[in-house]
Amino acid sequence: MPLLEVDSLTVDYRTSRGTIRAVEDVSFSLEKGKTLGLAGESGSGKSTLGLSIIRLVPYPGVIVKGHIKIDQTDILELPEPRMRSIRGRKVAYIFQDPMTSLNPVKKISAHSTELIRTHEANTSKEEAFERTKTILKDLGILPERINDYPHQFSGGMRQRIMIGLAIALNPDLVIADEPTTALDVIVQAKILDLLENLRKIYGMALILISHDLSIILERCDKIIVMYAGRILEYASSVELHRNPRHPYTRGLLQSIPNVELADQKLAAILGSPPNMLNPPKGCRFWPRCSHVMEICRTKETPLVDIGHNHFVRCFRYHKEGTKVE
Amino acid sequence: MSDVSDTTKKGQKLSEIVKVEHLGKYFPVQKSFLEQLFVRKKSYVKAVDDITFSVKTREIFTLVGESGCGKTTTGRLVVRLLEPTAGEICFNGVDITKLKGEKLRLLRRKMQIIFQDPYASLSPRMKVVDAVGHPLEVHGLAKGEEKKKMVLEVLEKVELTPPDQFINLFPHQLSGGQRQRVALARSIILKPEFIVADEPVSMIDVSLRITLIDLMLSFRKELGLTYLFITHDLAVAKYISDRIAIMYLGKIIEMGHKESLFSNPMHPYTQALLSAIPVPNPKRKRKRIELTGEVPSAINIPTGCRFHPRCPYRKDECSKKEPRITEVEKEHFVACHLINSGNK
Repeated sequence: MPLLEVDSLTVDYRTSRGTIRAVEDVSFSLEKGKTLGLAGESGSGKSTLGLSIIRLVPYPGVIVKGHIKIDQTDILELPEPRMRSIRGRKVAYIFQDPMTSLNPVKKISAHSTELIRTHEANTSKEEAFERTKTILKDLGILPERINDYPHQFSGGMRQRIMIGLAIALNPDLVIADEPTTALDVIVQAKILDLLENLRKIYGMALILISHDLSIILERCDKIIVMYAGRILEYASSVELHRNPRHPYTRGLLQSIPNVELADQKLAAILGSPPNMLNPPKGCRFWPRCSHVMEICRTKETPLVDIGHNHFVRCFRYHKEGTKVE
Repeated sequence: MSDVSDTTKKGQKLSEIVKVEHLGKYFPVQKSFLEQLFVRKKSYVKAVDDITFSVKTREIFTLVGESGCGKTTTGRLVVRLLEPTAGEICFNGVDITKLKGEKLRLLRRKMQIIFQDPYASLSPRMKVVDAVGHPLEVHGLAKGEEKKKMVLEVLEKVELTPPDQFINLFPHQLSGGQRQRVALARSIILKPEFIVADEPVSMIDVSLRITLIDLMLSFRKELGLTYLFITHDLAVAKYISDRIAIMYLGKIIEMGHKESLFSNPMHPYTQALLSAIPVPNPKRKRKRIELTGEVPSAINIPTGCRFHPRCPYRKDECSKKEPRITEVEKEHFVACHLINSGNK
């Protein structure tokens, strides 16, 4: 029984200039203790998808269709007070920017005791304090620093504190939205190692959102490749690495430099991501695709199962398109 | 680079377009009013501290390091956007460290810089034609119709085609990738010999990065350009560079051809950096070299080797004496006591 089930989720941003369909008909599931990577460029809808799972899509975003089930409960039908008890306790979110997600006038201890005592009313202040110290130790931060303010920590430490706050209530699912984008490689590796270790200790599931396919391939069990609000490819990371099918995924894989390869030939994907106010008809990717066929420009492409739990949204793997290949 | 003779002007090999010696830049730390009254000693951020390197003609030389290591400051010093505190910079055999006025302006035709953020480096009130053509006017080379013609040509070169569709657009009408192409067009319109590219692709979508990098690489042959490339991304550095210098806290700690640097990284910091790069392969599990702590502040630089508090292999010597950068193999320089004393 999966921990998280997302079923045909569709999210719109209703702006004054028109409706942007940021997430379109996305379905996937995640088992307990597993990791899922959401890869895509800016504007692909990966963050909106992540925020939908904790029902925090910012205005003017609206979830127009679909179900999100956590442990069999459809969270889209819950009243807001019940939802608040799920955020933090069952599902935690690590935001991209640790500078703006911590309150600059509150000590670290205030952040964590507030979090713990909001969800667990009968925990005393002292207990919450002690628990925070243990967490800090897990994060590799001296427990004495519990009474420091956010500005007294470096960027990497602040991101670790964010992770600590996310796991403080031992949630079943952690969503990390570009947790290391603002950080240097050495700190990035440290943070991702930390996240992986904590995940193993506490048995949490993790959704890692990143534009960096190398991180996702290195760290995740399953991968979703998103483009213009849609899932283009969905497979286990081993399968996706061995056998990428969608021209976009292949393009992405060919455009990331790999330090372990000598004399690597890199190729770029031509064109740029579409304007979401006016996306191309048919397959969203066809204007940039090197294998474009007539059918791609007109017909909506279905997500096809090509075996080994590998899904691709491309007419080259669909019976209507195969005759041209 | 053996095709060029070793004749020297001021000790510089002719094949070297840029030569930097013992370059330093210290920024004074702003103090409060009370401190200004009572504390005599000024403190400095040593952003760049005694670095020496040279860039050969038509080479791509890359500075790599974490944020705060001084790589951007170095790039700005080389094109004289900042005044160096110490050291000297030679361009084509001429000492340019103290150039002023008209002479400096003439030099600027030959060396250009591309900045990291195309959202900040283009004026929001200037159309593409004015932004790209601006250098021509500043240097009194062309204006009006002639300027427009040259802008069209250069837009074609950076693949903003058809150029007449872009020429009257404002920056806000362009995507990030297009903006960076405009910045690139502006930097090559004066036909410079040398370009400093400061993280030119780090703000651009992944799928578009390689096109821009390949475009810049193609100009090396087409326009005979030499690049000083600045990046924090070792994978990108490996893809584009001929030679790489790794910086840590204002110093170059290792420098060499990319092949020898990647196959035989010698400095513990380089090794740690390499082991931290994510590799896009789910089956590859690598051994990571763990570093303790974080990069110290550039105001309080550790004594001796500035990397020693984090180094997993440190010895007593490391905290006392600063290692000199020495050539360990041919054109492979390292600043580390463990390597320099011969035992690894």
